[in-house]
Amino acid sequence: MAATNIEVWQQATVIETDAVATNIQRIVLAPTLPKRAEPGSHVDLFVTIDGERHKRSYSIVDSTEDGSRIAISVLQAPLSRGGSIFMHALRPGDTLEITQPLQNFPLRVGAPGYVLLAGGIGVTAMVNMARVLKNLGANYTLVYTARSRERMAYLPELLALHGDNLQVHIDDEGTALSVADLVGGIAPDTELYMCGPIRLMDAVRRSWRERELNDPNLRFETFGNSGWYDPEEFIVRVPRLGVETRVPAGRSMLEALEDAGVEMMFDCRKGECGLCEVKVLALEGAIDHRDVFYSERQQHATQKMCCCVSRAVTSPTGRQTDASPGGPAIVTINVS
Amino acid sequence: MTIIQTKSSTTNKVLNYPLNTWYVAAWDHEVTRKLISRTVADKPLAIYRTEDGRPVALADACWHRLAPLSMGKVLPKDEIQCPYHGIVYNSAGRCVSMPAQETINPSATVPSYPVVERHRFLWVWLGDATLANPDTIPDMHQMDHPDWAGDGLTIPVTCNYQLVLDNLMDLTHEEFVHGSSIGQAELSESDFEVTHDDTTVTVSRWMRGIDAPPFWLKNMRDKFPGFTGKVDRWQIIHFEAPSTICIDVGVAKAGTGAPEGDRSQGVNGYVMNTITPETARSAHYFWAFMRNYRLESQLITTQLRAGVTGVFKEDEDMLQAQQAAIDANPDYEFYNLNIDAGGLWVRRLIERMLEAEGRPVSAGRAGRVSSAN
Repeated sequence: MAATNIEVWQQATVIETDAVATNIQRIVLAPTLPKRAEPGSHVDLFVTIDGERHKRSYSIVDSTEDGSRIAISVLQAPLSRGGSIFMHALRPGDTLEITQPLQNFPLRVGAPGYVLLAGGIGVTAMVNMARVLKNLGANYTLVYTARSRERMAYLPELLALHGDNLQVHIDDEGTALSVADLVGGIAPDTELYMCGPIRLMDAVRRSWRERELNDPNLRFETFGNSGWYDPEEFIVRVPRLGVETRVPAGRSMLEALEDAGVEMMFDCRKGECGLCEVKVLALEGAIDHRDVFYSERQQHATQKMCCCVSRAVTSPTGRQTDASPGGPAIVTINVS
Repeated sequence: MTIIQTKSSTTNKVLNYPLNTWYVAAWDHEVTRKLISRTVADKPLAIYRTEDGRPVALADACWHRLAPLSMGKVLPKDEIQCPYHGIVYNSAGRCVSMPAQETINPSATVPSYPVVERHRFLWVWLGDATLANPDTIPDMHQMDHPDWAGDGLTIPVTCNYQLVLDNLMDLTHEEFVHGSSIGQAELSESDFEVTHDDTTVTVSRWMRGIDAPPFWLKNMRDKFPGFTGKVDRWQIIHFEAPSTICIDVGVAKAGTGAPEGDRSQGVNGYVMNTITPETARSAHYFWAFMRNYRLESQLITTQLRAGVTGVFKEDEDMLQAQQAAIDANPDYEFYNLNIDAGGLWVRRLIERMLEAEGRPVSAGRAGRVSSAN
């Protein structure tokens, strides 16, 4: 929604912090320029990692009607690039630079049916949507899936509010979600909104296509921060410019190229627009495509990649511990 | 001595418009398989009908480069295509096709606003969609009820919508603006009554035993050929927030009981008005004149529409001149008269709606609504 997404930056004060699940911190903020937060909205904010400012996006979990208090929730991932460590260290009274609520994931009012699918920390994008749908008396199901119960933020509150409209799937309790069953049971005009790990979202997208459901009814938001593989350090070469640089596990290829002085074109920096596309000339290792710009066919072709989110890896399993001892992946590219 | 400042409307010569409400965007017959562009409350809309007849209002700016979608074309089913780079949207405002790529950017959407077709109008809701309740659409049932016949038109007016509401809430102006048709001295000589609740204001005026002005004499003779004599005349102005005014008007043979409820010896019309803010300085004024006698006569329908068109042209000229004078005299305030009671209740109800939305009450000096109060 082009016109409504102008970034208005402001200060916000941390009002309270609270552990709401294993490694998940709820942070309530008081912005200086409050604005109502629509369901599906998020804020961008600056975190500081090693003295440098980096932008991160977090869904707004809930807020007061006038937006004078907004809550976000942050998972501290073991392979964090440092942003979530910074966020978890916040304490009441600390201040942050944040935007007013931004909207890339609007909830459409008036669909005949809704499925909201939350995977793990992805629940942060769904809490507000589910509440609004309940208040509207809409026909909706909230599906919440995670590896274990203690990793599930807001589960008691969601159970209390949504009752039978909430389906819970927990891997280590033997109730793992079957994506095929979920998508198989969806009525043709139902809209599915999802936020979760890329494997879950890819599986849903594939089932959606196989069932030939209406593409625009599958709604998702990606902040481009999870892949099929754990991030590894790798090497990128740009022979035309005589550049070779390392991309540390905690940095994107786009950032590393910028650090090396390459003037890059980009826009969304989350794998949606395709402007940061680079041509892959040679590859030692594999590409972990984390974008939603390329089709599956294009990703398999390994000729191009979105360098804002996608990475080169060596691990055959995806686990960092299985990364090749023979050295990092090397991707040789050309840039526009 | 402490002077307690009470709420005053006089400083807000032109009002901002609420957003959490229904506005008429178009007549039913204007919404077709051909796209039209219409600005409502400063939001340009692209309006069309899907193949199965459903009305749709999308923001009239493509997600990509903001080209007006209304210059594009309707496609089969519910889709439209941007005229510039061919991006296709469905009626929910979601991109279903992008040029030169195999996927669709998940954030590619344009706002699709709730719409309801009712009372021969297309109503659109531009505010918080979760609050859009069709039950709050104003009652204009005379527009398409079998007991009523008539028709109307749209007047594009270059003034703040509030000035049109002021005009309709106090009809003493008829004596001076509409002297040749409906105006008469008794209008300003007769007493009136004002009542209000949270969303409506009613102003009632009865004039007993008077001569019928030309417009009403003609209507009486349509129903009672050759009628002569005195009439009892009524004007019951009914406002529904924020901008709909239905006026129950008519005359009956004097002393036949119309004020007490027996209107059988008279003619009754409803002047249906709903005013949609376009910008801070312009409005779409949708009106119709409906009657409950001689329903079979298309001739009378056409005559009444032509007659009221002439009357309203006189209002339009006055309102536009008034707006120009307001803007040319920014240092001068409004003063109010006793006859403004209805109009001031209207202003107060609208101001309350704006305050509830946390939006400024006053419209800016020119052009778009300002962000300052």
